[in-house]
Amino acid sequence: MAGSTFHEGLTPLNSAPTQTSDDAHDYYTKGDKIVDAVAPTGPIADRWTTRRFENRLVNPANRRKLTVIIVGTGLAGGAAAATLGEAGYNVKSFCYQDSPRRAHSIAAQGGINAAKNYKEDGDSTFRLFYDTVKGGDYRARESNVYRLAEVSTNIIDQCVAQGVPFARDYGGLLDNRSFGGVQVSRTFYARGQTGQQLLIGAYQAMERQVAAGTVTQYTRHEMLELVVVDGKARGIIARDLVTGEIETHLADVVVLASGGYGNVFFLSTNAMGSNVTAAWRAHRKGAYMANPCYTQIHPTCIPVSGEHQSKLTLMSESLRNDGRIWVPKNRDDCDKDPRDIPEEDRDYYLERIYPSFGNLVPRDIASRQAKNVCDEGRGVGPLVGDFRRGVYLDFTDAIARYGKAGVEEKYDNLFDMYERITGENPYEVPMRIYPAVHYVMGGLWVDYHLQSNLPGLFVTGEANFSDHGANRLGASALMQGLADGYFVLPNTIRDFLADGPFPAIDESHPEVVAAQTSVKERVDRFLSIGGTRSADSFHRELGNIMWEYCGMERTEPGLRKAIDMIRELKQAFWSDLKVLGTGDTLNQSLERAGRVADFIELGELMCIDALNRRESCGGHFRGESQTEDGEALRHDEEFAYVAAWEWGGDSLEGGQPVLHKEDLIYTAIEMKQRSYK
Amino acid sequence: MNLTLKIWRQSGPTAPGAIHTYQVGDVSEDMSFLEMLDHLNEDLNEKGEEPVAFDSDCREGICGSCDLMIDGQAHGPEVTTSCQLHMRSFKDGDSITVEPWRADPFPVIKDLIVDRSAFDRIIQSGGYISANTGSAPEANSVPAPRDKAMRAFNVATCIGCGACVAACPNGSASLFLGAKITHLGELPQGQPERWSRVTAMVAQHDAEGFGGCTNIGECTAACPKEIPLDVISQLNKDFRTAVKNGH
Ligand SMILES: Cc1cc2nc3c(=O)[nH]c(=O)nc-3n(C[C@H](O)[C@H](O)[C@H](O)COP(=O)(O)OP(=O)(O)OC[C@H]3O[C@@H](n4cnc5c(N)ncnc54)[C@H](O)[C@@H]3O)c2cc1C
Ligand code: SF4
Ligand code: FES
Repeated sequence: MAGSTFHEGLTPLNSAPTQTSDDAHDYYTKGDKIVDAVAPTGPIADRWTTRRFENRLVNPANRRKLTVIIVGTGLAGGAAAATLGEAGYNVKSFCYQDSPRRAHSIAAQGGINAAKNYKEDGDSTFRLFYDTVKGGDYRARESNVYRLAEVSTNIIDQCVAQGVPFARDYGGLLDNRSFGGVQVSRTFYARGQTGQQLLIGAYQAMERQVAAGTVTQYTRHEMLELVVVDGKARGIIARDLVTGEIETHLADVVVLASGGYGNVFFLSTNAMGSNVTAAWRAHRKGAYMANPCYTQIHPTCIPVSGEHQSKLTLMSESLRNDGRIWVPKNRDDCDKDPRDIPEEDRDYYLERIYPSFGNLVPRDIASRQAKNVCDEGRGVGPLVGDFRRGVYLDFTDAIARYGKAGVEEKYDNLFDMYERITGENPYEVPMRIYPAVHYVMGGLWVDYHLQSNLPGLFVTGEANFSDHGANRLGASALMQGLADGYFVLPNTIRDFLADGPFPAIDESHPEVVAAQTSVKERVDRFLSIGGTRSADSFHRELGNIMWEYCGMERTEPGLRKAIDMIRELKQAFWSDLKVLGTGDTLNQSLERAGRVADFIELGELMCIDALNRRESCGGHFRGESQTEDGEALRHDEEFAYVAAWEWGGDSLEGGQPVLHKEDLIYTAIEMKQRSYK
Repeated sequence: MNLTLKIWRQSGPTAPGAIHTYQVGDVSEDMSFLEMLDHLNEDLNEKGEEPVAFDSDCREGICGSCDLMIDGQAHGPEVTTSCQLHMRSFKDGDSITVEPWRADPFPVIKDLIVDRSAFDRIIQSGGYISANTGSAPEANSVPAPRDKAMRAFNVATCIGCGACVAACPNGSASLFLGAKITHLGELPQGQPERWSRVTAMVAQHDAEGFGGCTNIGECTAACPKEIPLDVISQLNKDFRTAVKNGH
């Protein structure tokens, strides 16, 4: 492959893509290709071992002289802080919550994958790798994904040693189950609270290091700017959310583990505070934002009940193992009590269309089919606009099979949670579900070492783009977060740190002063606009635009319209925002204003990215690209690349993002059209 | 529905606080309690009055951020978190009092937000199993009996919200502490540090200014995760054994 250094000596199985369409040509400019992601060469199974060996070491005595800033205390950041602390580096850890234990990872319900093959059902590192690349619609980088599958088994060992109470069978050994999109049982779980238990494990390991003095934790601190000196990331500017003080923290290296940006849609399953600010500020300082339009829509959320709603609640995907999904065959039955609709009048549409995967098809497919049946007018539940937006997830068969107690033991709190939110008892009436924004596969571009294109800026967990392609299979984000934090980053960052400590800089350095000043000015600006609308109201409006035009289905005219609408919204935001209170106390309206400002700019880039990518891929369905029977149609010959966008200035001032492409060349796995039929 | 809200407002840690009364209309029963407060805040913002500050993040009952004293009860009238309490638990015309958690080790930061960092310091004192990354044995090499693993899981569900402390007349964090001691103490991996862990954690608990437990049981009644009272017996038992053996 000409120009690429990371596949040398290997036979590529596909050729480099050549884009012929150019839908977004008036919105962006073209930049250089990315030709080196520093991946090792050689057979895929040896790459990580080789690289671990090649990466330079840092002498234990020198580690404490090296300072590492980690923004985020979720699985990716918490695990990294614990591990780098143990190794003896001087770690500064930041989160906006009052305790690291509350990071959004805590909400993950279903489970975490690992290729343990405890069930002897044919699982292996290669199969997990294969499933992940295929599930991601061949838009992930193969070296990174293989490594993820390879370290997955260590994660389970590590977590068990920490006391994470995974489900066990009667002999006291670990139990596991299967999850959407795969045919082997490789998902480890702790009832419906896997994320909580894993995060508590990482948090406890991190607190142990706080006590040991290697990690200093800064809670209720929000990173508002990246400090870049001589082209290298050297620190952050953070606001102490309690006192309002704008603080400067300098270091040898900065790690962003700040999570995903699904909240750009306003309604999502993410925590209220999840934001893009840390990543976006880094993007504006030169870090590339890759595949921003790749959004995962989760098929099993509790449907929207009204205008007041602040977030959507996920029902774990594991429910699809036992629940059967259906809608009435006839529209006239949609407002009937589902228990009065006889078997022959029900359409178990996933089992019908995809007989070999049935209700366990991957998320993008399950979501799209739910939307399709609702758009046909066969949805159930209350009318939202002109349609009923819900399908049944029915446990009648499971209850008959395992008894109510059996189902209770498997899914306990999920059923209670559903009842609390909807006021309906799911043991008696089938649950109603509908797709919702859940996760983003896009994020800051990183190389094989998880380093962004800005030297000294590493990005881990959901905040980076590298492992999931255009669609993420269930139970693999937790795996990625912990793989990055416990095993990958500690082994890659040392190669970078082997050149440190870097020349000391202090707060009077002009670039540090400039970063400080820009943050202060921005805070003052939010407080002084003096308009009429709250940040939340702009956020809600942005969310509606994004869901309507850049959600499950996207078209060229829709995306163009959305870009115009977002630009107008941006103008309105900066002239009509109203933030009360002051900057020198805890001020939640001010916090939100900053996050919404960044979401607006991100939303615009997402639409441009989606407009450029004239193919259907993973969670991204382009109306213009479908097969005759309405399935998503990829165009590998045009789009088998990572779209890495460089900040090109504010669009209101004529700026345009710059597109850098990284070709996706596979040497171990052949690209195929995905079919679950 | 229309409601009267009596809310504690306090502009900062040292400022005096007071109850303010607000009317809020157009509340639907599908709203969560926090969405109802969002709705009030939109109103206040429009009127030029600073919105009420309160903590929340996941809004699905798992992160432990939300912490409201609602009509004198931690997390309100149902056994759940404030974010999972829905307005269908109230009726038109109700008057509802909303205050922050009250306990000396949880000082008020602003309005309804308190500082619960004492919980982190208790965990730092020993609430973990020391297992360096990369040193773990194969996960199935140490079987954990299912009943013990189940009990560990049941109490590991503590979300660290602090309702137990807020509900306790003595301001004791024994339920929180007992949950962690039991979680780690039930598992084979937790045995080596079992005794040093309990003495260290109890010492930190007391140093933070949390009160002693006198078996009143308000904690378990308020706990959204229904952590049972017997974790406190386990805590006491482990503590006694540890002290007796000189840990
Ligand atoms: C409801 C739900 C269920 C899920 N279930 C599963 C599942 O079963 N299996 C699975 O594999 N995945 C699941 N996921 C996805 C998975 O939980 C997330 O992708 C993953 O936890 C992200 O981890 P993270 O460490 O990258 O970031 P997060 O856990 O989101 O942590 C982000 C951290 O960054 C901090 N932060 C953010 N911005 C700033 C800033 N500007 N300044 C300072 N700090 C900042 C936050 O305080 C936080 O500590 C689920 C997600 C949701 C929403
Ligand atoms: S024991 Fe219960 S009330 Fe106390 S912190 Fe844990 S979950 Fe909250
Ligand atoms: S907001 Fe997370 S538990 Fe209530």
